[in-house]
Amino acid sequence: MKNSKLLFIISFISIVSCAQKHKSIVIAEDPTTIDYMTEVVVPKLDIPWGFVFLPDGALLITEKAGELIHFKDGVKTNIDGLPEVYLRGQGGLMDIELHPNYIENGWLYLTHSSADGKGEGGNTALIRAQLSGSKLTSVERLYKAEQNTKRGQHFGSRIEFDAEGYLYFSIGDRGNRDVNPQDLTRDCGKIYRINADGSIPNDNPFLEFPDAKTAIYSYGHRNPQGMVRHPDTGQIWVHEHGPRGGDEINLIKKGGNFGWPLISYGINYSGTSFTEDTDLPGMEQPLFYWVPSIAPSGMAFVTSDVYPDWKNNLLVGSLKFEYIERLVMKNDTVVKREKLLEGMGRVRNVRQGPDGYIYAAIESLGIVKIIPNNNK
Amino acid sequence: MKLFSFIILLIAINLTLFYNYSNNSSYETAQSKVLKESIKRGNAVYSDFCINCHLPNGEGVQNIYPPLANSDYLKANRRTSIKGLKYGLKGEITVNGLQYNKYMPPMGLSANEISDVMNYTNHSWGNKYGKIVTTEEVTEIIR
Repeated sequence: MKNSKLLFIISFISIVSCAQKHKSIVIAEDPTTIDYMTEVVVPKLDIPWGFVFLPDGALLITEKAGELIHFKDGVKTNIDGLPEVYLRGQGGLMDIELHPNYIENGWLYLTHSSADGKGEGGNTALIRAQLSGSKLTSVERLYKAEQNTKRGQHFGSRIEFDAEGYLYFSIGDRGNRDVNPQDLTRDCGKIYRINADGSIPNDNPFLEFPDAKTAIYSYGHRNPQGMVRHPDTGQIWVHEHGPRGGDEINLIKKGGNFGWPLISYGINYSGTSFTEDTDLPGMEQPLFYWVPSIAPSGMAFVTSDVYPDWKNNLLVGSLKFEYIERLVMKNDTVVKREKLLEGMGRVRNVRQGPDGYIYAAIESLGIVKIIPNNNK
Repeated sequence: MKLFSFIILLIAINLTLFYNYSNNSSYETAQSKVLKESIKRGNAVYSDFCINCHLPNGEGVQNIYPPLANSDYLKANRRTSIKGLKYGLKGEITVNGLQYNKYMPPMGLSANEISDVMNYTNHSWGNKYGKIVTTEEVTEIIR
């Protein structure tokens, strides 16, 4: 009798904990002291999705609504020559990245949503172009996801190069969770790897898979909007939005299946469950998951000596809670989370500049530089 | 017995016809059918483009995303709301006595979709705000 009571209690607890799944093991803390100031270096931006630093000290900034802005010495110039942007829901003009050898070849890479191709609606495209005065020239489209849709969700899309010069970019599941991410013959819900000229590397993982999209490098993703190369290992780190709970940091692996939507630490927005599983054989586990979701966007490693206390930490923007999260890692495990720049607005992107300072792109505000107090 | 049922049915039909005729409401019925269908389509638009910020029951997030349910702003600002959906909404607004100052970007919705989602928000969660928003009304509003 006593045993059956215990059994009941155990099963009750397990049912309840199943419905809530697991909270993040490490909780985001408020900082004990704030040892930095912030300075708005580029004012008056709406949704600065991506930005890069040009060798001459200028910035190129993408506005989601479809503007490419050149900023130097306090002057904003709109760059002409962008392809047509299909503005819909979360889609628009998105990320921007420089070729690792930009100084010599001048190639810059951009992602945007595009209505081109078959079917109503649009999907994510990747282009490269060169900057000539205030105009984009030599614009070439390198990739355009098929299966256009009018859904407003999950276009991705960050761009990053690895040490060997391969280009990685992400496309989200486009709101078609149960069809796209696990199907290698369809775009969306994937991390792609291509050569810098758009051709497919001859050792991509799914070249032999029947009818596969051969640019796919890993699959089973929901909506990755952060991507960065690890400064030491060179591995590509990605974070992605989960549904309600279940945002993840993933270390991208060739041919890896990251499980969406078959495994997840999240639940539906409505509170119902769509999978009981958090891990299954043959699927990759995240390095870290956020429950509750922070809505991560943009990520950067601190490698400079400007912030001695933050060295080798990972910074992640939070759209939902409007801060930058500083993640302290130990052997690829998150051991501490701290909130930076809280209350300044939705953080869309974060990068370390060539000067070693951290810059954050904040919605309805602009680009903000973090200056440590010990500098003054 | 069958005849009895038949008579009852006839009476019922007559009563219905008389009722409709006397209220001159067949036009209104047609209107409310159009509105109902628009609300239904608007629900789908809402779930795709609005729900993340304004939340499933239109309650919003205090001081961050303004409420649409029981919202004095939505009730009093039909034209500005439609304009906001078309071109985005910027600057400080006051909703139910609280200040909101977030940028709502345009979602790239068609005029049809905007009228549908306006009808959905105007007639959900207890809201009963004004007459039906038509596609023509949306088209006529410019920047």
